[in-house]
Amino acid sequence: MTLFEEVPVTTTDEIPVRRVEMRVNGETRAANIEPRLLLAHLLRNGLQLTGTHTGCDTTNCGACTVLFDGQPVKSCTVFAVQADGHDITTVEGLATASELHPIQEGFKDEHGLQCGFCTPGMMLSAKALLDENPNPTEDDVRWALSGNLCRCTGYQNIVKAVLWAAEKLRHDAPADAPADDGGEA
Amino acid sequence: MFPSRFDYKSPTSLEEAISLLSAHEDAKVLAGGQSLIPMMKLRFAAPAMLVDINNIPGLDQHGAQSDGSYRIGALVRHADLEKSKTLGDHQPTIAAAAPLVADPIVRTRGTFVGSVCHADPQGDWASCMVALDGSIVAQGPNGRRTIAVDEFVAGPFQTVLAADEIAVEAIIPPASGTRKGGYLKLERRVGDFATAGVALSLEMSGSTVAKAGIGLTGVGSATISATEAAAALVGSSLDDATVDAAAEAAAAATSPRSDHRGSADYKRHIVATFVRRLLAQHQPAEAKVA
Repeated sequence: MTLFEEVPVTTTDEIPVRRVEMRVNGETRAANIEPRLLLAHLLRNGLQLTGTHTGCDTTNCGACTVLFDGQPVKSCTVFAVQADGHDITTVEGLATASELHPIQEGFKDEHGLQCGFCTPGMMLSAKALLDENPNPTEDDVRWALSGNLCRCTGYQNIVKAVLWAAEKLRHDAPADAPADDGGEA
Repeated sequence: MFPSRFDYKSPTSLEEAISLLSAHEDAKVLAGGQSLIPMMKLRFAAPAMLVDINNIPGLDQHGAQSDGSYRIGALVRHADLEKSKTLGDHQPTIAAAAPLVADPIVRTRGTFVGSVCHADPQGDWASCMVALDGSIVAQGPNGRRTIAVDEFVAGPFQTVLAADEIAVEAIIPPASGTRKGGYLKLERRVGDFATAGVALSLEMSGSTVAKAGIGLTGVGSATISATEAAAALVGSSLDDATVDAAAEAAAAATSPRSDHRGSADYKRHIVATFVRRLLAQHQPAEAKVA
């Protein structure tokens, strides 16, 4: 006993708690949470996956973008409880222990970042695009990234980075590309 | 930002969802959440319970029905419409608007029906619904009712949905001829509300307009149905004089405010220009020469 010890008070307000279980970067994670907890906060504060950045916190900037069953969502605008039973990919899920993901390599090689705050969101929007369309045009890339704001780069090198990654991924892909693929390069 | 505390239910049937809404005061339906969650974070909304309908099967379909109508279920996301290969053949107005709603990330989550229920006077879908004479189907404890969009929206951010009703789908009625149309939106940047937007629907009998609808976004305190402009088109073959008359009538139907997105005059000018551009896409070749 110290001089002061806080004791629990009885309260009539019942705090709702839900148990959720989800796959985060391929690993099953479970937590007891209040329904009002946002997915961004579960990832950052609960699971310590601080690669997901919260920028505007008002559904405008796209910095907190993660993949929800492969589709980009703003994790500040999804409740964590809604991810129960779903697959979440954050920027931590891109690289392996020894190798950067080609999208990360692209951002490195093409200098696709300056301050880096928007980068995780950019990379996940890019991943969703390249998963769906391995051979995007520059316009496709600009369109797919149009919900992600960057205040540093002017976007030029981000677009280059994604196009670089697209080419690398096509090159790395198993030999399913017919010979005419080379004609466009 | 955190919303106020609320309880959360995720029913797996509409019946269960409706009984939850009936049993709990101040419960709100959560679909895409791309308007509701920001409003809850800003504490503009503080429901005591969210009834998440995302786990209810069967609401994520859209398509043409045998009676010629087109139905869009409550869980059809903007991106589903944007990526649809067949939507444009049936609903060119909706197909043109889908890629212009919000931004690509919001579009993967937000829903068409939810957006109509949000009843934001600046929403793009309400203008399309108005142009197309669309309706919302609401299901409650006593069954379903179909509500025309102009009755459904009772005011800014208000609808006539009862507390224990769920908007389960939107219906676009069958066209009386060949359906044409489009949507144009001026926005300062991707994701911004429309500075001005115009939804056009035409039902053509040969080269003659059998029926027309024009909905205007962001140029008044509510979504505007430019009925006079639409009436001017009916019976015409979209000759230049008719197009001009419709463009002017549409601009006259607006009551825009001067704000950071532009002056009232500018917005009126945009509306007239967009009406002309949309109609020009459907003018017969000989009319365009003049």
